Amino acid sequence: MNFVYERLLGGKNGAIGIAILAALIFVILPLGLDLFRLNLVGKYLTYAFAAVSLVLLWGYGGILSLGQGVFFGLGGYCMAMFLKLEASDPVSTKIQSTPGIPDFMDWNQLTALPWFWEPFNSFTFTVIAVLLVPTIFAFIIGYSMFKRRVGGVYFAIITQAIALILTVLIVGQQGYTGGINGITDLRTLHGWDIREDSAKYILYFVNAFLLIGVIFLGRFILTSKFGRLLLAMRDKEDRVRFSGYDVSNFKIFIFCISALISAIGGAMFTLQVGFMSPSFVGIVPSIEMVIFAAVGGRMSLIGVVYGTLIVNAGKTAFSETFPEVWLFLMGGLFIAVVMFFPNGIAGLWDKHGKKLIGCISRMQCVSAVKGMIENKRAAKVGTVSE
Amino acid sequence: MSITDFTLAIEDLTVSFDGFKAVDSLNLYVDKDELRVVIGPNGAGKTTVLDLICGKTKATQGSIMFKNKELTKLSEHEIVHQGVGRKFQTPSIYENLSVYENLEVSYPKGHGVFGSLAFKRTAEVDKRVREIADEIFLADFLDMEAALLSHGQKQWLEIGMLLIQEPELLMLDEPVAGMSVKEREQTAELLNKICKGRSVLVIEHDMDFVARIAHKVTVLHQGKILAEGDMETVQNDPKVIEVYLGH
Repeated sequence: MNFVYERLLGGKNGAIGIAILAALIFVILPLGLDLFRLNLVGKYLTYAFAAVSLVLLWGYGGILSLGQGVFFGLGGYCMAMFLKLEASDPVSTKIQSTPGIPDFMDWNQLTALPWFWEPFNSFTFTVIAVLLVPTIFAFIIGYSMFKRRVGGVYFAIITQAIALILTVLIVGQQGYTGGINGITDLRTLHGWDIREDSAKYILYFVNAFLLIGVIFLGRFILTSKFGRLLLAMRDKEDRVRFSGYDVSNFKIFIFCISALISAIGGAMFTLQVGFMSPSFVGIVPSIEMVIFAAVGGRMSLIGVVYGTLIVNAGKTAFSETFPEVWLFLMGGLFIAVVMFFPNGIAGLWDKHGKKLIGCISRMQCVSAVKGMIENKRAAKVGTVSE
Repeated sequence: MSITDFTLAIEDLTVSFDGFKAVDSLNLYVDKDELRVVIGPNGAGKTTVLDLICGKTKATQGSIMFKNKELTKLSEHEIVHQGVGRKFQTPSIYENLSVYENLEVSYPKGHGVFGSLAFKRTAEVDKRVREIADEIFLADFLDMEAALLSHGQKQWLEIGMLLIQEPELLMLDEPVAGMSVKEREQTAELLNKICKGRSVLVIEHDMDFVARIAHKVTVLHQGKILAEGDMETVQNDPKVIEVYLGH
């Protein structure tokens, strides 16, 4: 019990934070928004997975990855491959020259399903692949970087390059990946139509539930000795190394965890939005994820969820009205965050929000005390007059 | 590579950076319970010797035997696990953590990734942290963020972070730099206490301080040993006087 309270909920303040967030995404938003808008929020919340992963990796670990889109995308593509295969049964693809394979393969003159697509006929395999493919990929990158002590800006640049390479690869291998259009026209999961309204509601709640779960995972890691070591490594890497820790192993592990978390978001994205394309893999989405984390507060697992929601709501609102200024606005926002409130929304809340609440509750106290005094007075007057 | 009774036996140790020999065929032996001070002018190779022992720099040739085990082939954290602790010249502490957490993170349990996830703050850990804090004069500052400590207190904290690992060889690079006179006295007392049961290697410039703590002094000059012996002998050695005053 104590473990759950102290470690997962993060004491009183942490528990309140989780409760407010849960109330917002489980109750307030579903009740207050129509399905179209709620589906948009669901999409934003899948980005929040990547933002949460960046709290662990960047906020605490000090490792800036400009390639979280890679893991988000890999998770999303694994899910999309399964859904695409289910949508490409021989009956509904009978007009193709090779029925039973995804439509884009047919357009690219492929006559058989490539070997690496075969296992994605199995949903169990797909779920495992969503979790493991990005994690193993992160392990390979992490192992080759951190064991050689590549870090800081160099690491950021390399992750960005990987994001670019993967995009180019996906776009170039059109017959195997769907190319620039991505994998589209996804319909059912085990015969369950994911485009229906009820399915959209269910997927929204599954996504929200997973997000809260991931925040708990993050809490568990950050409140352990591992979390303190992350901070210590960010601060004085050499001191940690010369205190008997193999620093690279810790970095590889947190990088793998961050990939895993992003991948879950990617898979949920595919399910809710109904397609996956290279535009969610490359440099721009990866940097956007960093901006979500920066605006929300890179030291706060909960703050980044708000950051993601706010930036995306702004993006949608502005790009509906002034599409051409949005990118400038986002750039400006990032600069402003870095310069004026480096701890993001969470930092502002810690600094001013709590004071505000203190103030309000004090005012309530004062009025309550005043009320009591007046009541007493009234009572006294009452007794005297009797 | 001979078997010796010494805790630390350095033989024929050389490191060259692009042909410049920062440490040149060095032989150095340190006994158990001994507090050795290494002095020498700037650029003599003092810090490099510590870097070589703790694995931060790899030797070009020669051997470093610690309890008759070769250190030059081991990686940094393995050397720490052998029982070597090293304090850096500028205090290296975790500024964002409290004094308590600084010591706790240095506690020699849960060194692996999964070990650290499963690590629990047991009564034993708590007791040890408080013991060490007491020893390094920081018992009243356990909950303070380490960034807020004075420079001298940071130096003590780093020494404490090493002591909690119970190293058999403790290496301190300028432990009293930036300390007040009173803090220096306390540090001398601390060092005299902690050198029992282990070997201590100190680099220091402050000669009064050296005289108070050193069992034996080694003078390094241009990567080589110039003189070795007790403080008085070394101070009266004409070669040493020449090096310090002559140039």
